[in-house]
Amino acid sequence: MIEQALVDLWHGFAVAGEPHNLMWSFIGVLIGNLIGVLPGMGALSAISMLLPLTYGLHVVPAVLMLAGIFYGSQYGGAIGAILLNLPCHPPHAVTCLDGYPLTKQGRGGTALGITMISSFFAASFGILVMVFASPLLLKVAFKFGPTEIFSIMLLGLVCGGTLSRGSALKGVSMTLFGLLAGAVGTDVNSGVARFTFGFPELTDKLELVALALGLFGVTEFLININRMDAVIAGPTLKWRDMRPSRGEMKEAFWPMVRGTLVGTLFGAMPGTGPTITTFLAYALERKISKNPESFGKGAIAGVASPEAASHSKTQVDFIPTMSLGIPGDAVMALILGALLIHGITPGPELVTQHADLFWGLIASFWIGNILLVILNVPLIGLWVKLLRVPYRFLLPSALFFIAVGVYSTNNSLFEVGEVLFFGLIGVVFVSLKFPVSPILLGYVLGPMVEENFRRAVLLSNGEISVFVEKPISAVFMGITATVLLLQIYFAIQRGRSIRLCRRKANKEHLPG
Amino acid sequence: MMQAQTYQIGTLDDMGPGYFPFAIGALMAITGITIALGARHPAKDLIAEKSFVFEWRGWICICLSIVAFVVLGHFGGLLPATFAIVFLSALGDRENTWKSALILAALMCCVCFVVFSLLLRVQLPLFQWSIR
Repeated sequence: MIEQALVDLWHGFAVAGEPHNLMWSFIGVLIGNLIGVLPGMGALSAISMLLPLTYGLHVVPAVLMLAGIFYGSQYGGAIGAILLNLPCHPPHAVTCLDGYPLTKQGRGGTALGITMISSFFAASFGILVMVFASPLLLKVAFKFGPTEIFSIMLLGLVCGGTLSRGSALKGVSMTLFGLLAGAVGTDVNSGVARFTFGFPELTDKLELVALALGLFGVTEFLININRMDAVIAGPTLKWRDMRPSRGEMKEAFWPMVRGTLVGTLFGAMPGTGPTITTFLAYALERKISKNPESFGKGAIAGVASPEAASHSKTQVDFIPTMSLGIPGDAVMALILGALLIHGITPGPELVTQHADLFWGLIASFWIGNILLVILNVPLIGLWVKLLRVPYRFLLPSALFFIAVGVYSTNNSLFEVGEVLFFGLIGVVFVSLKFPVSPILLGYVLGPMVEENFRRAVLLSNGEISVFVEKPISAVFMGITATVLLLQIYFAIQRGRSIRLCRRKANKEHLPG
Repeated sequence: MMQAQTYQIGTLDDMGPGYFPFAIGALMAITGITIALGARHPAKDLIAEKSFVFEWRGWICICLSIVAFVVLGHFGGLLPATFAIVFLSALGDRENTWKSALILAALMCCVCFVVFSLLLRVQLPLFQWSIR
């Protein structure tokens, strides 16, 4: 079976190596990197902004380009985090902790070099895992019926809601909100229009791009306007500075490996966001380090490990997305949505029917990562200059690209209005500290969850117990229940400790 | 403060298509109530609170600019809409002056013309005066 995988992979390299595909992959990486470097723009806004551009393309180059944008922007985000202490994308907040002190010590170039090496290493490892794990997963996946798929999706939704940062309850309620948003439009089974509020435009579902750009683009702008500090001077860098010394490499090597493993593990788990992965990798590194006090003051390990984790997670995340059709986090949900728009339903059939797409994608990851390294070494000076583009010019231009991008999706101005609507909703949620990315996950999975649920219940003649009777499904249901119970347990524990603290505080106040 | 969650969107449809949304609505109501109850004993957040400053000028300008894009796009065509969205949102930033916003808007119009009209052929005429 491994031989088969290697043969397929070889075929994939041939697909990804076609000049046409190679070009789009290159463009994706370049634009992704460019947007990722710009302050305030993360992978999510980059992908959703450029999604409309891919509609004119054939499926394979379109997906290759989107994937390129994804890891390109992730890499670009690290540059801003390390050099200017600007976490453009939440997962990079951890990189700031040690990356920026390194820059202040004049070792920013080294930090970037380490980031590049660990990203490349981690991505390569992730790709290898993908090559060998996917066929195994596929064997199992073919046995999945609607019952099992529903159970897995439920697990993904519950994990996505509860394992993000902040309150678990809020995460769950946002996931539910996303599910509800996914239900807008014409019901597949009966043709009844739901939640259209009298707008005929809404019978055709809410537009994915409008939702994503509203929640992640406009919301960001509304929050950041007049609040982004102007960047006056950044350090100048030459590519010679980026070569780390042998001692620094030694220092970075094991953290890099550990970070990669953490990322791989979390990538395989559905619903765990990238932010929590990088935070965990950092925490682990600090725990086992011999001198934990050096963290936060420019420890190389503190840069290598979270960056490696985020990149290996990125690659491994594609496994459940492509082979089961179940996205791990919001970015994957967006890519899944893009595939659906292009008329491809991810799932076990995808790998057999669109073998060129699947293996071409895997091969292009590797090519794309090499391109990224080649691109970043000479262009680092340009990126640093780009970081200084003032926000006051960036914001209006980006807003314009959002508006035109959404318009061109379906040639509908109504959808531009949807963007504004979701932007406003997003601001309300964010200011009340509700996480917004579970909404996207819920939105993309919503219709699929509903369909599989109905089909499963239909097949079992209306017996809802079918979900615990089938063995595979029961296992997933069990995991879901465990996750939920653990969360409730922790919540009660936390409440108790807070009450204890308060009682203590009260006692101290009373005698005085 | 957290009660924004308890939306009551009625499921008027018959049992078939309304079943799933109803189940979600019910779950949402439950989580909403739990959050609202939890808000009575506010738990200390581990993440440092960012002070929430009102930024009316920026907010109004951004919202207006999108509305202007929709309206002008409908009645006036792509170029006026482009100009409006860039110009208005640029004014939202306190550091921008009328002049710099004008220049930026004009520049973006050029970009828009070259990229979206010539290269990508967006299906919206550059100018139009008809009221459809």
